[in-house]
Amino acid sequence: MTTENGLLTIKDLKVKINDKEILKGVNLKIGPGEVHAIMGPNGTGKSTLAYALAGKASYEVTSGSVTMEGENVLDMSPDERARKGMFLAFQYPSEVPGVTVDNFLRVAYNTVKKKELSIWEFRNLLKEKMEFLKIDESFSGRYLNEGFSGGEKKRNEILQMAVLTPKLAILDETDSGLDIDALQIVAKGVNELLPEDSSVLVITHYQRILRYIKPDFVHVMINGKIVETGGGELAEKLEEQGYDWLKEKYGESGKDNNNVTANN
Amino acid sequence: MSLPTTDIGTEEYKYGFSDDVKPEIKFEKGLSRQTVEDISNIKNEPGWMTETRLKAYEIFLEKPMPEWGADLSDIDFDDIIYFVRASDRKMTNWDDVPAEIKETFEKLGIPESERKFLAGAEAQYDSESVYGALQGEWEKQGVIFVDTDTALREHEKLLRKYFGSVVPATDNKLAALNTAVWSGGSFLYIPKGVRVGLPLQAYFRINTQNMGQFERTMIIADEGSNVQYIEGCTAPTYTTNSLHSAVVEIICKKDSRVRYTTLQNWSGNVYNLVTKRAQAYENATMEWIDANLGSKVTMKYPSVYLMERGAKADVISIAFANTGQHQDVGSKVVHLAPYTTSKILSKSISKGKGRSTYRGLVKIHEGMEGCKSNVNCDALLLDEASATDTYPYIEIEDPTAAIEHEATVSKLSDEQIFYLQQRGVPEDEARNMIINGFIEPFTKLLPLEYAVEMNRLIELQMEGSVG
Ligand SMILES: Nc1ncnc2c1ncn2[C@@H]1O[C@H](COP(=O)(O)OP(=O)(O)OP(=O)(O)O)[C@@H](O)[C@H]1O
Ligand SMILES: [Mg+2]
Repeated sequence: MTTENGLLTIKDLKVKINDKEILKGVNLKIGPGEVHAIMGPNGTGKSTLAYALAGKASYEVTSGSVTMEGENVLDMSPDERARKGMFLAFQYPSEVPGVTVDNFLRVAYNTVKKKELSIWEFRNLLKEKMEFLKIDESFSGRYLNEGFSGGEKKRNEILQMAVLTPKLAILDETDSGLDIDALQIVAKGVNELLPEDSSVLVITHYQRILRYIKPDFVHVMINGKIVETGGGELAEKLEEQGYDWLKEKYGESGKDNNNVTANN
Repeated sequence: MSLPTTDIGTEEYKYGFSDDVKPEIKFEKGLSRQTVEDISNIKNEPGWMTETRLKAYEIFLEKPMPEWGADLSDIDFDDIIYFVRASDRKMTNWDDVPAEIKETFEKLGIPESERKFLAGAEAQYDSESVYGALQGEWEKQGVIFVDTDTALREHEKLLRKYFGSVVPATDNKLAALNTAVWSGGSFLYIPKGVRVGLPLQAYFRINTQNMGQFERTMIIADEGSNVQYIEGCTAPTYTTNSLHSAVVEIICKKDSRVRYTTLQNWSGNVYNLVTKRAQAYENATMEWIDANLGSKVTMKYPSVYLMERGAKADVISIAFANTGQHQDVGSKVVHLAPYTTSKILSKSISKGKGRSTYRGLVKIHEGMEGCKSNVNCDALLLDEASATDTYPYIEIEDPTAAIEHEATVSKLSDEQIFYLQQRGVPEDEARNMIINGFIEPFTKLLPLEYAVEMNRLIELQMEGSVG
């Protein structure tokens, strides 16, 4: 069921923050065009996985490997990873005063796509995506995330994704803070504005977004490890029953019997 | 990931070339009564100006060096050349400007902005202007835009009326020095009701080793007039200390509006000690827009005296202090009339071992009701070693005044850098973006080509700083 030539392959990834081990051996393989979801209780390391994949400096990888299309991701700077096609929609996007959305995105676009679109050419491209995502055009001249509401920030992350059209989009709780209409618009954006063979990794607490962005795989992370993998039905089960049955099965610590690894 | 930090201070200054223009008259180092007289004689000045200079020289000798600010103990007034003339001839059009000089401007990237704005540009080279052209249309409207030496010859009465009226020689030691040995600078008169569309521009450079540049600039905006003036400065590198000590005097008459923009990038050995002051009369608006990069020490506090009801002051400045530099800058606004308004926004960036100081004074005199003042100082520190301090003096003698004051100090945030990097922007570019964003409230007030130049200057300062 998984492709031999995965887009992203994570093997036994262990990550420390401030000398505390947060990821304790994550295994995950994502093929082109696949949608994966990661669920799990608060503080189990989902965002840590996202940041570690994106290359955040203070995250120390103590063992394991991450490859994207066969290349060692862990050797790359965050911007190299982005230019390779990795995109992270942040759970808490930063505010950057004085840097307008359109100027910033044009620089990012030209860098990632190795193009030199002029301000005018880029504006057209941006305008189209903004219309699709029902973002008011005044946002293009606003300073990046400054004074944006929680939901506006999330939608702005998806706008950036739509412009940069990454091979792998990691969405870290993009659904939280979005109203019901916005959630549908964002989901539609993910489904329709990314190329067919782009893959998506959705980190979420709620099954609702997975009704719109249909996952091929749902993983559960507990205490720094992926302990259970299934299809869309697993998300429904979690929504109904919570995590207690998994905690019982694998223990609070997530390390128990069956020697569980994710996906294959 | 981390590279060793190379500091721009140790690199060769990008604009640090000097060219082969031969000054035709060059004084020996040092200052005396005789030097002052010689300067005046060579220019064939009227007697009152010689007298003014000599009186100022006495004041210069009496006044102590300012000791309340940056360290000026290295300045040796005997080690400075006080007068140089690059060329005896006065250029009237661009074609006659010597090739070396053009080349110098080209290396500085000036011609691009010149092309569009050449009309009315007044470029000072060494102590006197070698090139000046004034767009015919403005001439017809009665606008006077010449170098100050020419103004003394051709508009003596007007100049005499205002010379030293805003910044008297007694103001401070360096104002006295400037009054004694001034040369060059721009003289600008805008008649009643005239609105000058394009900004008038001037470029200043120091070219002769050890030469102090003491330009004297005056702007007289008559009632209801409107003008923007821009000066951009860069200088070649020299091993010994250079002194730049200018005086700028501005009179904004009733209902007039003056915007004075300075963009400067002195090389690391220059002492930049400038007295800039404006008087704003009824309902007039004075805007100082001031960028300070480079130099060894800059002390500059553009000030506005709000003389009559409804006058407004708007001062927005940025400073970039790199290793070995101290930017001691700020603003002074004195509310001398009721219902006057002031707004000060100061942004500073300190890098390496650079230090930036905000020093400001807002004073509202007793009985001046309904005054408003808003002061904002934001400092950004780029390294652990960089430093900033703030001295925002506010003296309020009237209880009806509305005062707002806010000061922030921030560091370049790793979160922001990571966020931008995650979108594909390399680390050094991400830093530049954040820094240019920090000064955006300033850059957005500049004409586009200056805004571009400004961002480029910042990038030069940031080069090799990925660490
Ligand atoms: N800088 C840090 N210093 C110390 N601990 C940290 C740091 N960053 C994260 N952690 C810890 O790592 C653990 C995992 O955090 P992470 O943000 O990955 O959780 P999460 O699964 O995304 O949770 P949530 O669902 O609440 O977003 C938490 O216990 C958190 O407190
Ligand atoms: Mg999280």
